[in-house]
Amino acid sequence: MNPENLKYSKEHEWARVEGSTVVVGITQFAAEQLGDVVYVDLPEAGSDIEQFGKFGEIESVKTVSDLFSPVGGKIVEVNDSVKDSPEKVNEDTYGEGWLLKIEISDPGQLDALMDAAGYESLTAE
Amino acid sequence: MTTSNTANELDRRLLMDRSVPGRTAVTLPPSDVPEQDMPQESLLRDDLPLPEVSQLEVIRYFSLLSQLNFSIDTNFYPLGSCTMKYNPKLNDAMASLPGFAGIHPNQPSDQVQGAVQLMHELQELLGDLTGLPGVSLAPLAGAQGEYAGLLIARAYHASRNDSARTVALIPDSAHGTNPASAAMAGLEVVTVPSASDGNVDVNALRDLADERTAVFMLTLPSTLGLFEPSILEITQIVHDAGGLVYADGANLNALLGIAKLGDLGFDICHSNLHKTFSTPHGGGGPGSGPVMVTDELAKFLPEPVATRNGDSYTLSEPESSIGKINGFHGSFGILVRAYTYIRAMGRDGLKSAAENAIINANYIQSQLKDSFDLAADRYCMHETVLSASRQKKRGVKGLDIAKRLLDHGIHAPTMYFPLIVDEALMVEPTETESKETLDHFIEVMRQIDDEITSDPETVQTAPHTLPVTRLDEAAAARKPYLRWQG
Repeated sequence: MNPENLKYSKEHEWARVEGSTVVVGITQFAAEQLGDVVYVDLPEAGSDIEQFGKFGEIESVKTVSDLFSPVGGKIVEVNDSVKDSPEKVNEDTYGEGWLLKIEISDPGQLDALMDAAGYESLTAE
Repeated sequence: MTTSNTANELDRRLLMDRSVPGRTAVTLPPSDVPEQDMPQESLLRDDLPLPEVSQLEVIRYFSLLSQLNFSIDTNFYPLGSCTMKYNPKLNDAMASLPGFAGIHPNQPSDQVQGAVQLMHELQELLGDLTGLPGVSLAPLAGAQGEYAGLLIARAYHASRNDSARTVALIPDSAHGTNPASAAMAGLEVVTVPSASDGNVDVNALRDLADERTAVFMLTLPSTLGLFEPSILEITQIVHDAGGLVYADGANLNALLGIAKLGDLGFDICHSNLHKTFSTPHGGGGPGSGPVMVTDELAKFLPEPVATRNGDSYTLSEPESSIGKINGFHGSFGILVRAYTYIRAMGRDGLKSAAENAIINANYIQSQLKDSFDLAADRYCMHETVLSASRQKKRGVKGLDIAKRLLDHGIHAPTMYFPLIVDEALMVEPTETESKETLDHFIEVMRQIDDEITSDPETVQTAPHTLPVTRLDEAAAARKPYLRWQG
């Protein structure tokens, strides 16, 4: 269920490396735990974020959770379409439901993330 | 089950859609005074589109609507953390007395001595019950009580020129209002983790409490329905760091007559009169959230505070008051109800209410622990937090179980709170329910658990007997209609 080509954080965010840019979103597991997402609060493009730093909030019919970035760097693009259509986070978690694109400050940060198998064993607990 | 049957048969047309031109509810006698001309047209509104219906239709319409209410007067309502106890009708009778109901909030105190005396006596009673003798009845709800309490904490630190204290420490199990109130009061929220047994992680608290700590907010018993065994150590840690300790009184029902928050080291608390002191909730409200403080903090209380001078009573502003937090005196009609409840129950009665609330919750917990996981497998206080994690593995969520309960005429427990419990179902029976009602609830919960194995779809698609079935909460939150669409 979790794509093999992604990296995962223990805070249930995924990271997809595209050159020097990393696309970030929340995992399918997180989306299912949250239930129907109704609101996503994202930062402005252009700001800096630290690895595992809080970058926003996500609200579902059940709860509100903080969002933590799996990598640090400069936020180059924000998916504004999920602000208007938060259901994308549930419906296409690893596609149109992406949240940020970050120009990673140090690719070594990726070593602190899990692969799909590692994340699967985390969520199986 | 009368509610649901009536609802299914209910004529769903709105009153406006029942209108027939010329039909009236009341026929007035012919006028016996000369007719006067209407004012000039520019001063008049257009005709209002009012429904034209007979008196019987109006009565029938509203009577049927009222039967759709799901309330403590009609059904078991184990909504955790809300203390949905019975609201004695005596309370309403007293609040309806013309001397209370007919007075105006702008009347001078000397014309309404009885009302001010009642406020003063209620302050004394709440101060005594909580062990925090400084009381203001002004806050209109629990969250406003929190807000007032936090402003008092800030004012206290500011009065000591200790202005670097800007942090509110709040456990991860707290009600959402705690961080919201703290943020609104201009404090920075820092989360204190819970230990695996559901208690505050005392070591983490020790690391976090420092010269920036303004206040530590704690709900006691906790939102997991558990008494905090290290409470004396906790309040000591915060005091040693120079901070104040705030008690969210949401769960005060479990402590009445048994333990006083002031004795446990708390400096400030609020009490939700609409929970602990049997005044109505929600649509039956309004709420009321008096704030109680130590003698030392009393000078910061929000005004007005009722004071006694010999045989006369006045409303006054404490010396260094944080000011007014609403227009008048708080929810006065609710204060009358809470006062009536406390006086009718007496000290022993309140203690026995707390004891029975605790026994009822533990009875449910002990009877359901084989079918449902517990957030913490130990004696609870006035509420028990079940987890539907076992049921989730069979494809049915806590939400589905809550909806299925509605089919059985039982209000859903609080769901998905506290946030730290997977598939939480928080059950608070209160002391006012009989053993027969508790047994019925237990039986229904076991039935639903069996049904999850035998016929999960019926649970997943519940409710089946209510006038509306599964509402699209996500659509309502994503695309709310904020204006009348008619």
